Amino acid sequence: MKRLIRLSLLLIFLLPIMSVAQPTKVFKGAKIIPISSEPIANGVLVTKGDKIVAVGSEGEVEIPSNAKEFDVSGKVIMPGLVDSHSHIGDGDGGDRSAALHPDARIIDSIDPHSETFKKALAGGVTTVNVMPGSGHLMSGQTAYLKLRNADKIEEMLFVDDPQNKIAGGLKMANGTNSIGDPPFPGTRAKSASMVRELFIKAQAYKEKVEQANGDPEKMPKRDVGMDALVEVLDGERIVHYHTHRHYDILTAIRLAEEFGFRMVLHHVSEAWKIADEIAEADFPASIIVLDAPGGKPEATDIRYENGAVLEEAGVTVGYHTDASITDTRLFLRSGAFGVRAGMSRDAALKALTIQNAKMMDLQDRVGTLEAGKDADFIVLSGDPLSVYTKVEQTWVEGIKRFDYSNPKDRKYSTGGYDVFRGSAHNHHGDK
Amino acid sequence: MLRLIQHLQEFKLQKIRTMKKRITLFVFALLLGLSTVAQAQVAVQADTLYTMEGDKIVNGIVLITNDKIEAVGSASQIEIPSDYETHQASVVTPGLVDAHSVVGLAGIYNRDDDQDQLETSDPIQPELRAIDAYNAREQLVKFVLDKGVTTTHTGHGPGALASGQTMIAKTPYNTVEDALVDSATTVAFTLGSTVGRYFDSPGTSAKGIAMLRQKFIDAQEYLEKRQADDPDKRPAKDLKMEAMADVLNGELTALITAQRSNDIMSALRLQEEFGFDMILDGAAEAYLLLDEIKKAGVPVIIHPTMVRTYGATQNASFTTASKLAEAGIPFAFQSGFESYVPKTRIILYEAAIATSYGLEREKALYALTKAPAEILGISNRVGSLAEGKDADLVLFDGDPLEYTTHISSVIVDGKVVKEKE
Repeated sequence: MKRLIRLSLLLIFLLPIMSVAQPTKVFKGAKIIPISSEPIANGVLVTKGDKIVAVGSEGEVEIPSNAKEFDVSGKVIMPGLVDSHSHIGDGDGGDRSAALHPDARIIDSIDPHSETFKKALAGGVTTVNVMPGSGHLMSGQTAYLKLRNADKIEEMLFVDDPQNKIAGGLKMANGTNSIGDPPFPGTRAKSASMVRELFIKAQAYKEKVEQANGDPEKMPKRDVGMDALVEVLDGERIVHYHTHRHYDILTAIRLAEEFGFRMVLHHVSEAWKIADEIAEADFPASIIVLDAPGGKPEATDIRYENGAVLEEAGVTVGYHTDASITDTRLFLRSGAFGVRAGMSRDAALKALTIQNAKMMDLQDRVGTLEAGKDADFIVLSGDPLSVYTKVEQTWVEGIKRFDYSNPKDRKYSTGGYDVFRGSAHNHHGDK
Repeated sequence: MLRLIQHLQEFKLQKIRTMKKRITLFVFALLLGLSTVAQAQVAVQADTLYTMEGDKIVNGIVLITNDKIEAVGSASQIEIPSDYETHQASVVTPGLVDAHSVVGLAGIYNRDDDQDQLETSDPIQPELRAIDAYNAREQLVKFVLDKGVTTTHTGHGPGALASGQTMIAKTPYNTVEDALVDSATTVAFTLGSTVGRYFDSPGTSAKGIAMLRQKFIDAQEYLEKRQADDPDKRPAKDLKMEAMADVLNGELTALITAQRSNDIMSALRLQEEFGFDMILDGAAEAYLLLDEIKKAGVPVIIHPTMVRTYGATQNASFTTASKLAEAGIPFAFQSGFESYVPKTRIILYEAAIATSYGLEREKALYALTKAPAEILGISNRVGSLAEGKDADLVLFDGDPLEYTTHISSVIVDGKVVKEKE
């Protein structure tokens, strides 16, 4: 009995602290676009700590008495945007010593203080697949980042232990992107051949590991690159394949099918030519909108219609910024251009959120506004697909990370003197 | 046309009798079609008509005869004659005028063989003519036409102290001769450290200015000697000096690309020293020098709103266009030069972003049409809708600046050159 009293006293003492640590917030009056369900005209969003606890219409959702209320009348709330291919964070990846770098991790190079993260937040982006490279057949391991306030990269990851858990995917490329002087391949066929050779080695390594069955004596000599490729072969690490031309896309599919790896097709400028084949092979496509074609021979046949054609074919399609190829501050416009070219509004909004989350196995954490998911959302001044709409606030796990009304934040939306210090360079090489 | 008819007739002879009738009808229809083209009379009705010659007109009408505008007004003032081919749109604007581009010189593939916008053998080559390099059939020329650009000011790009001349073309035509509005408009100059990326010297901004000043002083002397009474004392004709002299005597405008505030000041200083006509181009840090730019009385062709924020344009802001408008400085939008992907920008979209960051919508439309026409000295022909002007129009199915609006057709010189996006 004494013990019970002591425990209750402890609880009474702790409760207020717990609620301070887990404050409840209520956002009322906005139109809410949960993505997972129909838009709610007069919506209520309730968050507790870093999670969403309820989404619904006014009167339907129970509002906790201790909640801090935010009046967002006339605004639009939707999930924080998910960018499935970006180069923010000033990271790097494999160097020019080889064409294949399964060992290189971008987490070992990212600057958590980079202003490119602030730029992305100004555009409403809260989750990003940050890619190493490019210019290699395999540029290295990508990182799935949450744009939290962080001093070290560990604080931005979705996993707590990046040494032992998979923190991202694997970036690959084909076509002219990875062609060059030795040690780079000189042709497309050689490119595919080099990738096949490496995966055959990885299969052998995997077999040795499995046969060793935990016996250190029988284990092959540890190879960090092979470790990552085994994760790919096991379907735990997703391959993110940069590919533009229709026949390069088919080559990527051929390789994925041969080795049985999970893959997201990236850029796929000519996907509209082979949408049915992509749908048949059942790989998702992460695509980009370029205002105009060209700049490199592989991107001359890109079409605004790519999204609409892929949607029609039944492909899971997401948009990405490939920042700084397109500006993260304006990521929403990618969806608008999809609609302009015939994509449904619903598919376009999903292509900015949940579809990209699926491409990183993060669909249970982000991409929609549902109870239990991360409290990542944006407050918009109007329709997400209108040019006149501003991202007014960006919330990450219940914390406001961007506020357009605050000049200290607003400058990351507008730009100006000494705002961006040149880190938004062109990672693809300025030719 | 005669050859076409003969060809059709030969074709007809090879066909079975049932086909004959149909082809005869086709030839007849073709002839009828051609004869109407010869006296094309087109009417455009717009729910909202932006003429750029005053307030927008609700339910406006534009009548076109051949390649010129016959009349502009509201539906209450103008009745559409029954024999006019009529087009209808939600919004109609004048054909867009891209104030500064490199399309036709910097090709879509971005390979050595299609990049003619910058010659790196010498940092000062004002004698290079755009007309000798312009590829009227370049895909990007047609792409910007599809996005409403009916007139483009294009030519040599930024990168050299003087990279060469620019020209003005209508976008639908297939040869430079057919396309030309003006064969030599400006000499394109670039100031600042970016020049050093392409040349060993100048390696610095100061050296670049020194080299340009020397060249202008040489040109002043050349001009003076050219006036000599004694023909023997006149200098041998020098293409470089001729082009520099044309800038000094107002035949060609100096288009000076300067992004950083110190480079903008250098441009104004040069203009003051040599007194040439000048357009300030790029001007990424113009917001720091609004008073100085206004005082100098130079118009600005502002960088694309979405220009990447690195290098010389690191400090670019989405709000600069609105600040120029507030300051009363004449300005126009440009697609600019892109070294990578995308290979060109679309002025309509650049204006749209400026509008969402504070520029009034009608001022944005003005900076896409009448303002560039005035800055480039071609407003007697293009940039606004008025009787006697070129019949260049863009038809939209909604707000021209909205992402999801389509361009339903583009009319250039009275002909529909693009239909349905």
